[in-house]
Amino acid sequence: MSTSTPAESNGAAGTNGAAQPVRPRPELPPAGQTPVRQRAHGGAGDRLRLWWDALARPAQWGIGVPFVVFIALLPILNIPVLTTVGTNFGAVMAQFGMYALIAIGLNVVVGQAGLLDLGYVGFYAIGAYTLAILTSPDSPWNVTQPEGWLSDDWAWLAILPVAVAITAMSGLVLGSPTLRLRGDYLAIVTLGFGEIVRLLADNLDEITGGGQGLKSVAYPRLGVTEELPNGVFSAGNVGSTLNSGVWWFWLSLVFIIISLMLVGNLERSRVGRAWVAIREDEDAAEIMGVPTFKFKLWAFVIGASIGGVSGAIYAGQVQFVIPTNFNIINSVLFLCAVVLGGQGNKLGVILGAFIIVYLPNFFLGRTSLFGIPIDGSEIANYKYLFFGVALMVLMIFRPQGLIPVRQKLLTYGRELYVAARRTLAKMSDGGPQAAYATSAPASGTVGTRSGGADGAATTERTGDDEPTDGRNR
Amino acid sequence: MPLLEITDMTVAYGRIEAVRGVSITVEEGELVTLIGANGAGKTTTMRAVSGIRPLSRGKILFDGKDISRMKPHLRVLEGIVQAPEGRGIFPGMTVLENLEMGAYGRTFESKAVHDETLARVFELFPRLEDRTSQVGGTMSGGEQQMLAIGRALMARPRLMLLDEPSMGLAPMVIQQIFRIISEINAQGTTVLLVEQNARQALSRSHRAYVLETGEVVRSGGGRELLADPSIKEAYLGVA
Repeated sequence: MSTSTPAESNGAAGTNGAAQPVRPRPELPPAGQTPVRQRAHGGAGDRLRLWWDALARPAQWGIGVPFVVFIALLPILNIPVLTTVGTNFGAVMAQFGMYALIAIGLNVVVGQAGLLDLGYVGFYAIGAYTLAILTSPDSPWNVTQPEGWLSDDWAWLAILPVAVAITAMSGLVLGSPTLRLRGDYLAIVTLGFGEIVRLLADNLDEITGGGQGLKSVAYPRLGVTEELPNGVFSAGNVGSTLNSGVWWFWLSLVFIIISLMLVGNLERSRVGRAWVAIREDEDAAEIMGVPTFKFKLWAFVIGASIGGVSGAIYAGQVQFVIPTNFNIINSVLFLCAVVLGGQGNKLGVILGAFIIVYLPNFFLGRTSLFGIPIDGSEIANYKYLFFGVALMVLMIFRPQGLIPVRQKLLTYGRELYVAARRTLAKMSDGGPQAAYATSAPASGTVGTRSGGADGAATTERTGDDEPTDGRNR
Repeated sequence: MPLLEITDMTVAYGRIEAVRGVSITVEEGELVTLIGANGAGKTTTMRAVSGIRPLSRGKILFDGKDISRMKPHLRVLEGIVQAPEGRGIFPGMTVLENLEMGAYGRTFESKAVHDETLARVFELFPRLEDRTSQVGGTMSGGEQQMLAIGRALMARPRLMLLDEPSMGLAPMVIQQIFRIISEINAQGTTVLLVEQNARQALSRSHRAYVLETGEVVRSGGGRELLADPSIKEAYLGVA
């Protein structure tokens, strides 16, 4: 196959054996046992991941789709153990949906690219305010009917892309000057950004309504019936099992899935590799030829856009925006979700978002837990205290988060497991000798992964004797 | 035309000039060493060549092209690849992933070239082949240094910058690393080496520059400098 396969390189070592003592064969990682590095953690999460990665595509779909459907149906099933007493479970799930979206976006910035962003709420606010300013009758720039030209029915959907575009732009504007900073300095600048956005919202009375906020923000008008003259998404849809919270949760779920696919694809691409390299060692990444500034800006803009979507969903759901809802404490909560769930792991951060949103609501209004009388509302009031303590405990015992990111470039992960699985299959029908023979191409697969990717890259920059050309696209 | 030509270069950290008016040339195929005590400006010179530190005066020509203002990642594409001081590998990536990252900027024209380059790296550093799936951060200092050099080689550099490859390593490992550097050079890669281990470095380099408080105070053939009494006294600890 290639010179890099163990079999051949061993042969080469044999020919000039005098100069190079025959060294022991490199270990064949896939031969039945998991490679050393996977054993290092060996927690339940790793076993779960190993199991998942070893599944074939159809099996993954077969398990994944019902699971997502189950999650989607949670507020309807209203399982007694899970349900919340103080607030409607649907509304809690809707809030979870928004936080999950934010966590995914923030995870790109903090988890993937390793840029500490303490002002993420700014993007959330910009998304929400863009929608509010363009659709609230209180705002001078309202474009919806009767003053404007945009029908109320379509206003939310039509303005959503605008909100995303403006948030992305704000990410670019914030990122271009500040991403030259590193570490603590970047964190401080972003902290300032979050506050600036809130203060602007508070003080530009003419446009944002100042402390009064903006009312009657647009939302999707779907499912209009006699009982629900404003559709299922309106705040008036309460009481029934299919209340507005559930609908908003489902809407968020759609955006979560879209963002997960987008982010997942980026992760597995050259962009994702660049992010990991930047996170690990920015200088080293730069001198390996990674345009670090460009990719950091990318992370910022993508993160900001996802935050903007979440903001627009929020503004639509509550139909009302005021500056106090975009306090700095929200940034901290968002970051808390990411750190708690596991920086860099997009499913982990969704779990983090769930914990952050669900736990306080679980206790709210609850008077007994497992038969023990408690004052749940009081506990919910102390949520920041508990999150603080939880974070400290987590940082001591599990700094990588509840579901940590796989400590490797995701690009190769799947290949490794596929190779291992193939070898196992060969083992069972051909004995160890066959496994030995197949393990060579298998380890070759790992090595050639980027060969393949780069081969693809070469096709778009043909005839590159001078490697510079391709880079300046 | 020299491959690398640094003319009257000054690099400053704030108001402190770490390198003052340094001029260095490296011909194609040479192994050139910068020696000097701590704080002489060796690493700064290196960082200026790879582009991480901006110049405040002077010029760097690479293959006749002015790269003084070029971004570091674009210099990599030109063929200037550094194995940074303190090794600077990606600690969370495996050996193989680290190596693949080396070729991030200078992608391979074909799979064959990829395999060939990887095989060459493994031939120079058999230890790395044994440990392809080990996480970089868990390796010993010597292995990390090997990985850093191997990673730089994956970019098929025209000029390889090696910053103190012997730092913090055991004497045996230092020997080995230097042997490999000579071999890399013998295979046709131009090497600019920064070293405190003057004896090893000088005995293996074609030419060398002696830096003192940011200025070049001596230059000459490696062996010639090695035999120089003043160099002996200052850098080799021989009276």
